[in-house]
Amino acid sequence: MKTAELHTLTGAYALDAVSGDEREEFEKHLRACSFCAQEVAELRATAARLGQAVSEQPPAELRERVLRRIGEVRQESPGGRVAEEAASVRAPRGRPRSWHIWALAACVAAAGALGGVAVWQHQEAQDARQRSERAQDRAEALARVLSASDAKAVPGAELPGGGSGTVVLSQSQNRAALVVSGMPAPPKGKVYQLWLNDGGRMRPAGLMPPGSGSEAALLEGKLDGASGMGVTVEPDGGSPQPTSEPVMLVDFPA
Amino acid sequence: MDEAAALGSPAVGPVELGDLLVQVARGDQDAFAAMYERVVGPVFGLVRSVLRDPSQSEEVTQEVLVEVWRVAARFDPAKGTAMTWVMTLAHRRAVDRVRSEQSASDRELRAAQLSGSRDYDHVVEQVEARLEREQVRRCLRTLTQIQRQSVTLAYYKGLTYREVAELLSQPLGTVKTRLRDGLIRLRDCLGVQG
Ligand SMILES: [Zn+2]
Repeated sequence: MKTAELHTLTGAYALDAVSGDEREEFEKHLRACSFCAQEVAELRATAARLGQAVSEQPPAELRERVLRRIGEVRQESPGGRVAEEAASVRAPRGRPRSWHIWALAACVAAAGALGGVAVWQHQEAQDARQRSERAQDRAEALARVLSASDAKAVPGAELPGGGSGTVVLSQSQNRAALVVSGMPAPPKGKVYQLWLNDGGRMRPAGLMPPGSGSEAALLEGKLDGASGMGVTVEPDGGSPQPTSEPVMLVDFPA
Repeated sequence: MDEAAALGSPAVGPVELGDLLVQVARGDQDAFAAMYERVVGPVFGLVRSVLRDPSQSEEVTQEVLVEVWRVAARFDPAKGTAMTWVMTLAHRRAVDRVRSEQSASDRELRAAQLSGSRDYDHVVEQVEARLEREQVRRCLRTLTQIQRQSVTLAYYKGLTYREVAELLSQPLGTVKTRLRDGLIRLRDCLGVQG
């Protein structure tokens, strides 16, 4: 199973609706993908509510039998416990929402076999209090694309000078995001500009946040049937149309 | 007795299940007995829903509770509630039992039985009728039909998503996705946190 597909297995896994082999494979994935771990924790808590809703008292004799039995069964000690069961593999609670973006983008990057990607978010570097409403909206929109149930990872080509990118598409969100790794900094006074390809005509889709070569960026504007996307190097502030050959060009699957 | 003062005293308030479980992990049998009262209904109800057979359900319920005693030290309150932890253990145990005991052909037969005379709609209805918690029932109703059928058959009947797909004549990928987005919708409707 491809990693991108594994992200969608959280529901089936949380309901124990996977085969033994899939369970094993997914638990391996869970240890590496904190986004899925967090989602599984939430979905399990949800499933537990379903379970509580069919509560039914067993015969009273059961209590006696169970209490007698525990007198004979040795407990695992906290220190000597065996490798923690997958049942308790969970991400810490109470993380800010934006944390999901980091986590999932890391998963998605792994899906594109980009290994060891540190995901960087432009607004993450700023003081949270200074964050503009817009940056938060964008962060949320990015999170929605990356976590959409129909999110598809489309590996892009190698970038000149090293690095690579993966496009994440969500038709339900009608948006796309780009996750890059090891992207060299643009020349001084230049920026990376993103484009959506409307059947050969390039539509501006925002600038890559400056400062790091490993990050996730939401493409501005809706997909609306775009056939692909591209990245070019443009003068600071961007251009209304591409002024250079694209450093990356990705066709979306039909 | 001053009722307000009594109510305000933490000693009189109900002990958190998670705190009980922490005490259980230290070998406290009284804490275990108190915990038993709180979880045995949900555990037995869930196990019975999956296994159906009453005596087998009792047996597995006993196994689950003894397992809770044995591995209580693994419970980490920072990672989720005690009830979720216990119910996760119970469901896994019930599903493992139902799958280990039934050969592939038995399982096919079971699926056929579910889809035959007692069609799955009926099974889903039966389960829904047993739901005691109004909120869960209400939230289940907010799901699409395929989401609700998939989640119900997988969780309450212990079917794999493959079996659910066969039963509902839906593509595998669809069922996988419906299990996820159905649960996500339930999570949001119930206001569940991880
Ligand atoms: Zn994942």
